[in-house]
Amino acid sequence: MAKNETTGILAQETAELLKEIILKHNGYGRRDAIMAVLNDVQAKLGYLPYEAQRYIAVEMDIPLAEIFGIVTFYSGFSLNPVGKYKIAVCMGTACYVKDAHKILAKIEQKCGIKAGETSEDGLFTIVATRCIGACGLAPVITINENVYGKLHLEDVDKVLEKYK
Amino acid sequence: MKTIADLQAIRDKIKTRILMRKEHGYKHEGPASETHFRSHVMVCAGTGCVAGSSEFIISKFNEEVAKHGLQDDIMVVRTGCFGLCALGPIVIVYPEGVFYSMVTVDDVPEIVTEHLKNGNIVKRLIYAETLCKDEHILPLDEVGFYKKQMRLALRNCGLIDPECIDEYIANDGYVALEKCLTEKKPSDVIDIVKASGLRGRGGAGFPTGLKWEFAAKSQSDDGQKFVACNADEGDPGAFMDRSVLEGDPHVIIESMAIAAYAIGGNHGYVYVRAEYPIALNRLQKAIDDARAYGLLGKNILGTGFDFDMEIRPGAGAFVCGEETALIRSIEGNRGEPRPRPPFPAVKGIFGKPTVLNNVETYANIPQIILNGAEWFQGIGTEKSKGTKVFAVGGKINNVGLVEVPMGITLREVIYEIGGGIPKGKEFKAAQTGGPSGGCIPAQHLDAGIDFESLTALGSMMGSGGLIVMDEDNCMVDIAKFFLEFTVDESCGKCPPCRIGTKRMYEILERITEGKGEKDDIEKLEALAKSIQTSALCALGQTAPNPVLSTIKYFRDEYEAHVCDKKCPAGACQAMAKYGITAEKCKGCTLCVKACPVGAITGERKAVHVLDAEKCIKCGACVPACPFKAIYK
Repeated sequence: MAKNETTGILAQETAELLKEIILKHNGYGRRDAIMAVLNDVQAKLGYLPYEAQRYIAVEMDIPLAEIFGIVTFYSGFSLNPVGKYKIAVCMGTACYVKDAHKILAKIEQKCGIKAGETSEDGLFTIVATRCIGACGLAPVITINENVYGKLHLEDVDKVLEKYK
Repeated sequence: MKTIADLQAIRDKIKTRILMRKEHGYKHEGPASETHFRSHVMVCAGTGCVAGSSEFIISKFNEEVAKHGLQDDIMVVRTGCFGLCALGPIVIVYPEGVFYSMVTVDDVPEIVTEHLKNGNIVKRLIYAETLCKDEHILPLDEVGFYKKQMRLALRNCGLIDPECIDEYIANDGYVALEKCLTEKKPSDVIDIVKASGLRGRGGAGFPTGLKWEFAAKSQSDDGQKFVACNADEGDPGAFMDRSVLEGDPHVIIESMAIAAYAIGGNHGYVYVRAEYPIALNRLQKAIDDARAYGLLGKNILGTGFDFDMEIRPGAGAFVCGEETALIRSIEGNRGEPRPRPPFPAVKGIFGKPTVLNNVETYANIPQIILNGAEWFQGIGTEKSKGTKVFAVGGKINNVGLVEVPMGITLREVIYEIGGGIPKGKEFKAAQTGGPSGGCIPAQHLDAGIDFESLTALGSMMGSGGLIVMDEDNCMVDIAKFFLEFTVDESCGKCPPCRIGTKRMYEILERITEGKGEKDDIEKLEALAKSIQTSALCALGQTAPNPVLSTIKYFRDEYEAHVCDKKCPAGACQAMAKYGITAEKCKGCTLCVKACPVGAITGERKAVHVLDAEKCIKCGACVPACPFKAIYK
């Protein structure tokens, strides 16, 4: 595949952003930079669209199939865009023994979607996440950067209200 | 680039700053200066406290201190985890050593005006246990939570500013590296680590010195060798590695440089979970600062030794905590394990000999070099030397991070340090080792904790998560929880793990739903045994542990689920049967309103009836009833 074929698919500025990220991690000719590159791209774009994977594959000279294999292996990478607010319900052991699953069920019911889904209006994505290590705050959820700890079932409405 | 003399000058210059925080009642002679402030306000900026907005507390302190013109007298320090996460956000003020708990942004002006300006301690915010009757402040190491602790790996957490390399240097930082590079041969370093008896803190407890020796003796075609740090702390409920990275990142750099010197390597990788943004940022800053001081790079401290390192972020795969999977991930692949041997010490990153240790293991190294192998030998039990950090969580009062000498009993950790179980409930079991470990019941509370004893009890040390469970937790449900975790995190490479854990999970699922069949328990045991012996990596081999240990100690609970279709703890929703005790019901209709499916009917002031057919067992009616008339 010729290099110039790939830039046509991505918006020019996205292509430049990707290039910048690859350069930052010294990723040209260095396969082991791929995880750091994908992490940064995921953080900037919110997900890893097919076009971005293809661009990275060509630039870093890694087969696209392998990049796709990496992206689908790690749960931190997403192929789909996430909602404006990402609600992460910690399902670590400390939270679980303090009824995190009930909190999750209530949030799912309130948003009308299941964990792993994004609401139709693109507002919420719910994820049941691995231990975030804030066990002192169990049960704990995060909504984007904000952390809500020591939650009771009754608090769920109040917390979600802020994001509607 | 700094020389050894430069580092010593830094130590001399700010030594008193560290002393003031270390020694209770320390008095500084002379006026406040840029290196020694009159008071230090230490604000915990570990993940737990940051979630409790400690960053805003720090900015508010800076703002208020400036407002009162105290910026030359008072130093506001962003520090690492104090361990007592249950009371966060925590602020400690030195030299008095006043421990303020659950501080909010709104409390800051009062602390600044009353305490820092007028010299009156704000009693309403003080951690009650530290305040004696005669109003003097108890030193922290005499308080219940800290008394039995011994902070070696966590020695700098809460003591220094992790983002300030000078403070690390001032507390004996990089002295061990200096010593190794100038006074010791690589083989001497390995001998010390071997003699100390230090064992890997990541799970299996392999002797660290031996690992280093294997790597030192292995040859690669081009002479390249690597050191790596496993900071992919995936066990749910464990956060000690994160706290070390957040509170004392330089210790990892120093230690890895020592390891590289010992085995003859020049490059290091730290593999950190991407879920730890604060740790990633602080470690990166520490690496940049160390490079600027010439403590990383070419010709370190003018000794001719070269070493540099970089961070490799993970992306959410539990299996990457397994060493061969981690190495695959560092190389830029799917994190799938491979059979061993060859072990990483022979063929590791890019096929080169590699030393791979866990964060906490590294955190012990400089102290061992400085104090000697005999000193470390003197701590702990016969076969498990030193201390272990536990992340204590779940149904316990003092949730947090504790570091204790090996051999301490579970009872001491849970009741003396941990402050017991909340709401007067009964202790039921402690889970250690995460998804690879097991549950330890009340009859073994007096067992000393070390690598061997935990394995003998059917659990394991693991990375050090310790989750306490009370009478309300169902052990079958907990086993199911961990199996769900392993099913989800199995990489899928080997069938025993990919298929076997799934089958086990399905059996547990039907047991907890009240559909258990007669020989399900035996089926679980048989499956567990074959997975243990045939899975490719430690993740699969240890996955059945939570099930086996709960069957071992709580078989009656399994039997109750299977035979009587009852959950003794009342945790398994599907088996719950709700009903109304007629004598207690006053006919208030509150439960009727609470029921989402209209399963409860009844007129005002008449006894209500619950239709078990319609009931979806959501439990919404139970808290709604003021007379506790609804039973489960």
